[in-house]
Amino acid sequence: MTWEDSHAQDVARVPGEDWEAFARAAKEAGFEICADVTAVDWMRQRPERFEVVANLVSMQHKSRLRMITSVGRGQPSVASLTPIWPGAGFAEREVYDMFGIEFEGHPDLTRILMPDDWEGHPLRKDFGVGSVPVQFKTSHQVS
Amino acid sequence: MTTVDKAAKWARTRSMFPASFGLACCAIEMMATGVAHYDLARFGMEAFRASPRQADLMVVAGRVSQKMAPVLRQVYDQMPDPKWVISMGACASTGGMFNNYALVQGVDQVVPVDIYIPGCPPGPQSLMHGILTLHDKIMAGEIVN
Repeated sequence: MTWEDSHAQDVARVPGEDWEAFARAAKEAGFEICADVTAVDWMRQRPERFEVVANLVSMQHKSRLRMITSVGRGQPSVASLTPIWPGAGFAEREVYDMFGIEFEGHPDLTRILMPDDWEGHPLRKDFGVGSVPVQFKTSHQVS
Repeated sequence: MTTVDKAAKWARTRSMFPASFGLACCAIEMMATGVAHYDLARFGMEAFRASPRQADLMVVAGRVSQKMAPVLRQVYDQMPDPKWVISMGACASTGGMFNNYALVQGVDQVVPVDIYIPGCPPGPQSLMHGILTLHDKIMAGEIVN
């Protein structure tokens, strides 16, 4: 587990197995709000393909904290923060929908932005843009 | 074309009730067309019916996402005949600037469209011109519903 300072913002890089424990500790320390849970697809740039990023806000201490963990390819999954902050539920559904990362312990992990029977995870780097060829402009022929 | 036909067409154009289907930014322009300055009430159209069963014109104003397309189709199916569809704005007509996986590239993939209004968003004058063109087409018998 390492601390970083990214442009005067506190960032904690947490190993995957400590994700939930660190989050509980952060909530005890005064981070009442989970502002967002999102993900990054590093594709081939890193050995662990995805990063899951949780942004926490503390009103009482007037500070913010970012938690980042790396998640591998294959069956990417990480512990869900919804039991700790219920507001993270929809954010984790969005990460699941867009990246395919599963959250263990999430009460209802279903697609939220795309239709329920959609195939694929649109924000992965290997998912095509999905653009339709139009006149006067060449576009990728994508799946 | 008999006088009864003409009277029916006149009645249909002069009291067309729009079904509110404002999805995104174009809805703001649609609202602007409906209120005081560019008044839709002078054409009998200020009452946007919330229920599709009472509406005869569906103005698709805004982006139609993949998730919204079946809903749009269902609302269209629930409207009784005669009904017309105006596709307002670039996103409803062709997908607009969003040529990607998330949006239906043109609402005419889902419902049959009578009038396309380009613009991003089309100003109230453009929407009104489209509506009046629809009225003219109905009066001239070009759109037989």
